Amino acid sequence: MITLKVNGHTLETDASPDTPLLWVLRDHLGLTGTKFGCGKSLCGACTVHVDGAATRSCVTLVSNVVGKDIRTIEGLSADRSHPVQKAWLELEVPQCGYCQSGQIMAASALLAQNPTPTDADIDTAMQGNICRCGTYPRIRAAIHRAAELMKTGGAR
Amino acid sequence: MSARNLDHPDAPTALDRREFLKVGALAGGGLVLGISLAGCSKPAELAAKSVAGGQPVAWLKIAGDNTITILVDKSEMGQGVYTALPMLLAEELDVPLKAVKVVAAPAAAPYVNVFLGTMITGGSTSVREAWGKLRTAGAQARAMLVGAAADEWKVDAATLKVADGVVTGPNGQKHTFGELAEAAAKRPVPKDAKPKDPATFTLVGTAQPRVDTPSKLDGSAEFGIDVKLPGMKYAALAQSPVLGGSVKSVDSAAAEKMPGVVKVVTTQSGVAVVADHYWQAHTARDALKVTWDAGPNAHLDTAGIQTGLKAARGTPLSARKDGDAAAALKAARKKVEAAYELPLLAHATMEPMNCTADVRADGCDLYVPTQVQQIAQGTAAAAAGLKPEQVNVHTTLLGGGFGRRLEVDFIPAAVEASKAAGVPVKLIWTREDDMTHDAYRPPAYDTGTAGFDATGALTGVHIKLTSPSITARMFPPVVEGGKMDPFAVEAAANFLYDVPNVAVDYLRHEVGINVGYWRSVSHALNCFVVESFMDEVAHAAGKDPYEFRRALLGKQPRAQKVLDEAASRAGWGQAPAGRHQGIAVMEGYGTYLAQVAEISIEQGKMKIHKITCVVDCGHKVNPGIVDQQISGGIVFGLSAALWGEVTLEGGKVRQSNFDNYRVLRMHQMPELDVHLLDSTEAPGGIGEPSVAVVAPALANAVFAATGKRVRALPLAAAGLA
Repeated sequence: MITLKVNGHTLETDASPDTPLLWVLRDHLGLTGTKFGCGKSLCGACTVHVDGAATRSCVTLVSNVVGKDIRTIEGLSADRSHPVQKAWLELEVPQCGYCQSGQIMAASALLAQNPTPTDADIDTAMQGNICRCGTYPRIRAAIHRAAELMKTGGAR
Repeated sequence: MSARNLDHPDAPTALDRREFLKVGALAGGGLVLGISLAGCSKPAELAAKSVAGGQPVAWLKIAGDNTITILVDKSEMGQGVYTALPMLLAEELDVPLKAVKVVAAPAAAPYVNVFLGTMITGGSTSVREAWGKLRTAGAQARAMLVGAAADEWKVDAATLKVADGVVTGPNGQKHTFGELAEAAAKRPVPKDAKPKDPATFTLVGTAQPRVDTPSKLDGSAEFGIDVKLPGMKYAALAQSPVLGGSVKSVDSAAAEKMPGVVKVVTTQSGVAVVADHYWQAHTARDALKVTWDAGPNAHLDTAGIQTGLKAARGTPLSARKDGDAAAALKAARKKVEAAYELPLLAHATMEPMNCTADVRADGCDLYVPTQVQQIAQGTAAAAAGLKPEQVNVHTTLLGGGFGRRLEVDFIPAAVEASKAAGVPVKLIWTREDDMTHDAYRPPAYDTGTAGFDATGALTGVHIKLTSPSITARMFPPVVEGGKMDPFAVEAAANFLYDVPNVAVDYLRHEVGINVGYWRSVSHALNCFVVESFMDEVAHAAGKDPYEFRRALLGKQPRAQKVLDEAASRAGWGQAPAGRHQGIAVMEGYGTYLAQVAEISIEQGKMKIHKITCVVDCGHKVNPGIVDQQISGGIVFGLSAALWGEVTLEGGKVRQSNFDNYRVLRMHQMPELDVHLLDSTEAPGGIGEPSVAVVAPALANAVFAATGKRVRALPLAAAGLA
């Protein structure tokens, strides 16, 4: 058995140690908010936080994250109250929504490190996350909006 | 699918001819409204049929506890139908959008897309098709609820007021819809209930928040790939690497010994490995030893496909004939001729193909992100050895559609695997499976010929399109007897410019692999050809490309207006030093739009600074969603124009994932200026048209910048991207 710390909970799984974290989250732990998009760290749909850093769970073996603090979209907040989630709602970012868990996790990791990102910072942090619906302009605006929300008291 | 022209659909006559609504009582009290089933004229019959498979057939359910449920017959794939369609009903019912619950309709005859003849989410038809039928349904339901109250209170129905789901009488009497639902359900459907005058709308036309947004922010939205059933197993599928190939033999001994593997099943689509968990199935798939019969495509490659299209001969079908283009071109003093080539393209939805099937002896539940519920139902039934009515289709959210989920190629293997394993099975394709087994956008070889007379007037234009037919495979009756595929000549047959002699011809030439409907279908191919060619013609005439177009659009006021507005907003002719502009205009799906691309060339590569897009899509049900779709369509068009190209070698697709099939990313995003005109015209489609205008606007800007005419996409192939 492998013991993982996910969204603040200690969870056990019988998954093989060489299973990508993505599939352990989705199939073994039932956390399907994290999405499969490419399997090769090319699209960002599977982005989660490992010790706070945006991490592609599709290429991260579960054995490598034992003892680390894993956070998924389900654990970003209990009630969609994270500033990034609030900004995403306010600006109506999602279309099909499939990539948005990854976008939100990438954006929240960026803002945790850099509370006032420039457009260039956003380009660098977000270029690994593909959206085929083309929500990029709203993602950019929503990251700036989330930065504002954090400044005005929503910091976490 | 009927051969109806999607660009100019009539009113939904198929429904108008028969009684529109039937009504039935909900068990436990309440109102069910639905379109009449063929051969079923009595409410009782409807009520009986409507609960087949436990899924009520209706648009609307108002329960005694005031719960209002709206069934949406179109798939939510990001284009906002779960919001826009309920808005049409809620407007007529005078209930706020947040008061209604939205659920996916089952596969059933009442939900047939009357533009297309089967349940289809496609062709940018959702709002256009719903505009009449859902508003009428809402008006009828409202009249029945009001009528029930008027009878009880013995007052004239005209004296009652409705707001927020409450009917109020002249003396202040009040009833909620829920309280009235049972009595309303016993009333006949009013034939004279008229939908509201659009001028009086209070909900429709406002940028209501999408009902699906919250669930897409916390991981709770359920896509097909997220379905979980008790006892469910997972499957991975090995498919022939050569398109059209099949399994010759399989040695599954090693795979069957791998951890978690439950069963290996040879299906009509390839070899499915069923395991306790997906990663186990995926890993065991690599241990299969499959010998493939490559089939007829073992030597197919891209160059051969393009050569074949170019060399295709035969008598083309006429899609448009004004005057005598051949004679005008023969008599012309000056001619312009050009040929254009379009590549195969993949859809690359973010959610790879997947399907969950639960096959039992007496039925099957299918959980599937699909754009075609009835075709999915029939396909699953055939694979399971059941009757279609024994298959319940549960439409999940779609992680992108773009036409890919009009295909049902990912369904049979899930059904066959579930049947063989005796448990529910979720089959998931990898990105590589998806990229290498798509139904690709058709390639094309197209030509334009134009002629000027001695006075310099443009007297004739001939566009000849050569491409394979999607519809011939998907809906063969439409093209039976050599008839035109209407989905091959869009944005060409409706040639907008006022030229006395116009011919648009289409030659069908098959290329050996399946081609599919891809967001904006042939608009994307033909708009590139027509708008690139008209740019060439403008330059040959020594005219400014905007002014030249404008002068020929005098009889197309909506097209002329979007062109003018786009030129004005983009500052046409006033680009900063070093920047260059290209322009293009189109009518598609009843929507008119023009785009101006502003670019510069830096070290031989194109940098896109800004895309200006002006749209007249008639009435906007939800302007926020329209903006999303137009903007998103431009991004989709940019990816295709810059890099989109699927190539074949030995019948195998060379592209496999997002490293070698590039799509636009955040840092490559130009500035967008999307402007939606106010309009009281009937709603036009908004999911697709903006995709098509991007490539010609860009290619025309490249010509303005370099004097080099790009006649083959993608632009990367010309070294520009």
